Amino acid sequence: MKRYGYSLLPLLVLLLTAGAPALAGAPKPDIPEAIKGEQCVEDTGFMRRNHMELLEHQRDDTVRRGIRSKKHSLKNCFTCHVVKGDDGKALTVSDPRHFCRECHDYAAVQVDCWQCHVSTPEAAAKGGRL
Amino acid sequence: MSGEKTVSDNQIDSYRRRFLGQSAAIAGAATLGGGLVLTSVAGARPAEQAASSANRWGLLIDTSKCASDCDECVKACETEHGWGRGSTDEQHSRPEQKAQWMRKVTVRDRATGLETSLPMMCQHCAHPPCVDVCPTGASMKRDDGIVLVDKHRCIGCRYCMMACPYKARSFIHEALHEQKTESPRGKGTVESCNLCVNRVDRGEQPACAEACPEKAILFGDLKDAGSEIAKRLASEPSTEIRGDLRLDLGVRYQHI
Repeated sequence: MKRYGYSLLPLLVLLLTAGAPALAGAPKPDIPEAIKGEQCVEDTGFMRRNHMELLEHQRDDTVRRGIRSKKHSLKNCFTCHVVKGDDGKALTVSDPRHFCRECHDYAAVQVDCWQCHVSTPEAAAKGGRL
Repeated sequence: MSGEKTVSDNQIDSYRRRFLGQSAAIAGAATLGGGLVLTSVAGARPAEQAASSANRWGLLIDTSKCASDCDECVKACETEHGWGRGSTDEQHSRPEQKAQWMRKVTVRDRATGLETSLPMMCQHCAHPPCVDVCPTGASMKRDDGIVLVDKHRCIGCRYCMMACPYKARSFIHEALHEQKTESPRGKGTVESCNLCVNRVDRGEQPACAEACPEKAILFGDLKDAGSEIAKRLASEPSTEIRGDLRLDLGVRYQHI
């Protein structure tokens, strides 16, 4: 036992020293804070894992059945999770700092919500002209 | 003269409805208090409640009030849903390719030469051919009779455009950037008049009906015998366009 212990020690030290900087330096998405700074509509961990399920369920309910409860709507996401650019305007999803893109770029998950949907809060999106 | 009387009656009704709606909403918000605010107006169903087959939304359009040089209804539709003049998108599409939720059409009686101008859009059939032919279930009719495209399921095959006898649908050929929050639209999907579902769900009338300066477009519940539209349909003559197809339209016209 003693012999094994001594022979494994250098290996252990090597692993720790080599592994520590790699762990500390692993890139993480820089998730922007919600502007309201309150609790999300569900627990944060739950939202990270299940937001796509909630959104998909809500979209069918809204389009097909006309249920327009706000809680799990895409519109509600952007009401709180808005990132302002240097000019003070809400960033659209074309900017990598956009709330959705921070994680989606990191995880390399592409979604096509914004081919149709507006990616900024309603007030910012009301710039339509005629 | 009787026509003018109807106009003023309509206006009074809409003012009353708006006033009653606002006061009911205020009363609702006051009683609930706390963090809960009732945003629905009187007559609108709650946001959590699904559209019901107890209603069938429709339009009655009096073409005798519709001027040939007026397109306020089309303009209002463009602004509401962000197409045509309501957007700077679709730069590369030819005019016949561009989105067209609603258009003004002039019809001419061959025998008499009488010309009538009317707005043409999805007729919200009870038996919609576009829904029959859709291979994915994207083209759909809501329980309250509104026919629309669920763009989450649309694959852009355009079969529904072929099936529609009213040429009511259009296809988006290019990437869009200036969509409205309440009216998501995107490349590769088919779209058409959705009777302003976003407004109807809030208890409001469609943008075209609200914008018409002559109040020629009347919106209401065809199944509610007490509604103005049902009363007028029961007492005045009206026509379905291509009624021979027996599609049971939600949009009816007068004086054509």
